[in-house]
Amino acid sequence: MSSVTKQSAIAAKNVRYAYALEDRDVKTALKGVNLEVEPGEFVAILGHNGSGKSTFAKQINVLLRPQDGELRVLGLDTADEANTWDIRSHAGMVFQNPDNQIVSTIVEEDVAFGPENLGVPPDEIRTRVTESLKAVGLEGFEQRAPNMLSGGQKQREAIAGVLAMHPDIIVFDEPTAMLDPQGRDEVMQTIRRLNREQGKTIVLITHYMEEAADCDRVFVMTDGRITDEGTPGEVFSHQDKLDEAGLMPPPATQIARGLADAGISLPETPVTTTQLVDQICQLLPKT
Amino acid sequence: MLKNITLGQYFPADTPIHRLDPRTKIILALVLLITVFVVRSFLGFAVFAVFILIAAGMARVKLRVLMRSVGPLLFIIILTFILNIFFSTAPIELRRFDILQLPADHVEITDQTVTVPADWYLVSWGALKISAAGLIRALFIAIRLTLLIMATSLLTLTTSPMQLTDGLEGLLSPLAKLHFPVHEMAMMMSIAMRFIPTLIDETDRIMKAQTARGADFDSGNIFRKAKNMVPLLVPLFVSAFKRADELALAMEARCYRGGEGRTRLHQPRMHAGDIVALIITLALCTALMIWL
Repeated sequence: MSSVTKQSAIAAKNVRYAYALEDRDVKTALKGVNLEVEPGEFVAILGHNGSGKSTFAKQINVLLRPQDGELRVLGLDTADEANTWDIRSHAGMVFQNPDNQIVSTIVEEDVAFGPENLGVPPDEIRTRVTESLKAVGLEGFEQRAPNMLSGGQKQREAIAGVLAMHPDIIVFDEPTAMLDPQGRDEVMQTIRRLNREQGKTIVLITHYMEEAADCDRVFVMTDGRITDEGTPGEVFSHQDKLDEAGLMPPPATQIARGLADAGISLPETPVTTTQLVDQICQLLPKT
Repeated sequence: MLKNITLGQYFPADTPIHRLDPRTKIILALVLLITVFVVRSFLGFAVFAVFILIAAGMARVKLRVLMRSVGPLLFIIILTFILNIFFSTAPIELRRFDILQLPADHVEITDQTVTVPADWYLVSWGALKISAAGLIRALFIAIRLTLLIMATSLLTLTTSPMQLTDGLEGLLSPLAKLHFPVHEMAMMMSIAMRFIPTLIDETDRIMKAQTARGADFDSGNIFRKAKNMVPLLVPLFVSAFKRADELALAMEARCYRGGEGRTRLHQPRMHAGDIVALIITLALCTALMIWL
């Protein structure tokens, strides 16, 4: 299907990967991952610690290569070393710890780091820095020192650094895991905006199910395999699969389950509090 | 307490001196450094000092700030001053027209120079003797060190650490042809600077965590204190290595592959101001070195 119809942003076929441990031992992190992401889609990969989700994220950016199977990013095979830089410039990655991905002591210089590496002319870098900082809501922070920013601001600076490379795909590897609730909110809003306003393909790796609530599609990863996929509503209603993956559904879904146990079933599985309220209101007799 | 340190002593402002290319400023600082050691008259030092003060004025660096940078090195200045007074006895030659006028019955005067002999003692209490030559040489050293610190502080006060690294990289770039890793060194320096505040925060955090577990960083003699640092240093190193690993990944993910084919946001360019600054300073320093 990929060659005739629109090309997939990410297409993984039976991707396997194992880390070498001491004593010639190996730890298999990916045991045959199959998934496809369309351009402009916002998908979440949900998984518990050690499920292999971060290993898969690093495959998209060619920081790791499949040991077996095939991974194509924008149609380019990641196994071919000649494609490495091409793929990295089109598929950016934001990591968990904002402190460990900021290179420079000045915000604007850090945002410029990516385009500088790509050999973009200075005037063009300046334009890209300005527009990227604007896109993440950090206008006016150009001359600030990153270590004086809040966690959420640092992470948004890191996002701007990736945006300035003009990628089509951005992979977020647990971008909110080290942030406080406010920072988490800022970052999630930024990610959604990038998807809606700039049409970036977003792959969000997370173990917070709430963050996956307004994605287009959700993949659940358990022990190196994709064990479930679908819209957030579908996936969140498969209780057995979530339990197997060790994931905790968002409060709204849990309440709906409790209601179902008590004999009140809602028409659809709510994911957000708003959906829950809407559905409960529908149950009320109209007066 | 640890959090409030500032990196370097950069003082951001928008002045003609701040706007100079960092390469120009490094060259100028080097020229001034050489000049201050070649000049051999009090008049020369006075001219030099006036030049530094004018430059500081243009950079809107307050005299107080400039003098404060001499503070930490005051001990060394005083020490060399004292050592020179008592132990330097060789005759010293001064310029004839210097502001310091010495009585003719003690010194040898020629057309150009005044030579202060080694055996003209100003003070002589038994073994403790202070010769005029020693005193003059001690003054020279003290003035030279002070002016040197002021000139180099002017560089670090008006140039951010990042710009300094860029400037050094630019100046040393010819060495890259000899396979000297200029870009890599500059990158390492700038990353080190970037991580100083982060690691200080981390040190602070580990210290608190270990103190909560009963570690004691303050009491005991110096050996005891050094030994007590172990529970601080081990976690700090482990975390620094982890950070380095993650940073390397993040840099690769952003397409970093060394200095080749890289462009810069701030492409260093020599402007008219740089040429003017270079010409003025070079002319003044040459004149100082020849005549004063």
